[in-house]
Amino acid sequence: MHGNTKLSKRLDDRVITHLSIRDTAIRRGGRLLFDGVCLELAAGEACALTGANGSGKTSLLRAVAGLVNLDGGEIGFGAVDPADARAEGLHLVGHADGLKSARTAREELAFWGQWCGGGAIAAAADALELTSLLDLEVRRLSAGQRRRLALARMLAAPRALWLLDEPLSPLDARWRTRLSELMQQHLDGGGMILAAVHDPLPVATRSLELST
Amino acid sequence: MSRLLALLQRETALAWGRGGGPLVAVGFYAGVATLLPLAIGPEPQRLAAIATGAAWVALALASLLSLDRLFERDFEDGALDLLTLSPVPLELTCFIKCLGQWLATGAPLAVAAPVAAIGLGASLDLAPLIFACALLGGLAFAFMGGIGAALSLGARRGGLLTAVIVLPLFVPPVIFGGGALDSFANGLPWRGGFALLAAYAAMAVALGPVAMAAACRNALS
Repeated sequence: MHGNTKLSKRLDDRVITHLSIRDTAIRRGGRLLFDGVCLELAAGEACALTGANGSGKTSLLRAVAGLVNLDGGEIGFGAVDPADARAEGLHLVGHADGLKSARTAREELAFWGQWCGGGAIAAAADALELTSLLDLEVRRLSAGQRRRLALARMLAAPRALWLLDEPLSPLDARWRTRLSELMQQHLDGGGMILAAVHDPLPVATRSLELST
Repeated sequence: MSRLLALLQRETALAWGRGGGPLVAVGFYAGVATLLPLAIGPEPQRLAAIATGAAWVALALASLLSLDRLFERDFEDGALDLLTLSPVPLELTCFIKCLGQWLATGAPLAVAAPVAAIGLGASLDLAPLIFACALLGGLAFAFMGGIGAALSLGARRGGLLTAVIVLPLFVPPVIFGGGALDSFANGLPWRGGFALLAAYAAMAVALGPVAMAAACRNALS
């Protein structure tokens, strides 16, 4: 019993409940994208990251995921170690979705669900109405369907922090509404969302505009 | 462990289709083996003298074919980003990717190697050793090749760059494997060359993923 309590405590310690971006700066190709960017995000909050093309929205998302090095400042995840947070606490959905054209949607969803430590494939596919498309090769899917498949990957393996790069852009009006509902459910469950957007993000509780 | 098995299954399946897969590699290998008699003449004695060496060099070249896509496709489509966001160390991910590459192309080439060598006139007795050398050599080619593939990530004409980086790394296994086969064919002690080939393959398997992971991180950032 005591062992179970300790295990629960250890697992709880790995759940991100806070994202802290402090005074960050990123340069790309010698050009300063942004400097002095700060953001505090708590559980249940969503931030719309806005700015012109090339202002560094994608770079900031990738920096939070640990894929881009900062040229100044720091990014923290509350009490959770950054390495643990990035390994098991966040999802990144960007323009490049990592899906292989020659594989079926089912194979891709099953692999990424397993890779991210989840397994709720059927429920995730159902939530994004992909069940009837699962046996199609990814190359047969439209841009919107591919995006839904990438989003289903997040639902298959729940993680606290969603980093979304223009999540609404390839979706039609109905799916924009549905995605907003899914994002709201995530927030209601204590999740956090940082999304780079050009269109308004309905679930956003705050916004951050990047400008050089 | 289930993550690693899932990744190995996926990588083997993707490598099977990458760059035409093993059929293209084996076809290329057979093509090189067929061109040699046309270039140096069909005399059996002359062919038999170079059979093992030619088969061995052709194996190294055939191993190059699909290397440039080992990381490039994952880098371009964002899969490499997602593979890093996992509890699995990137070094282990690189190891599994190379293992998948070896299973999909190295192993079929190892099966084709004795056939090609014997077709060129090598003794039938050599077949088991050629197979063993090709398996070990294929391991070295896959893991050393992976370093070149990772280092050329994001570069224009990365395939050519991969070949330029990788070919010098292929020199030791070509020398050790070719030496072991030549010694065996001439009734000389061959175990030394074979042991060196095995040691080089072991070093490639142990150290290659560390270098690949560092190169991938550098390319991603």
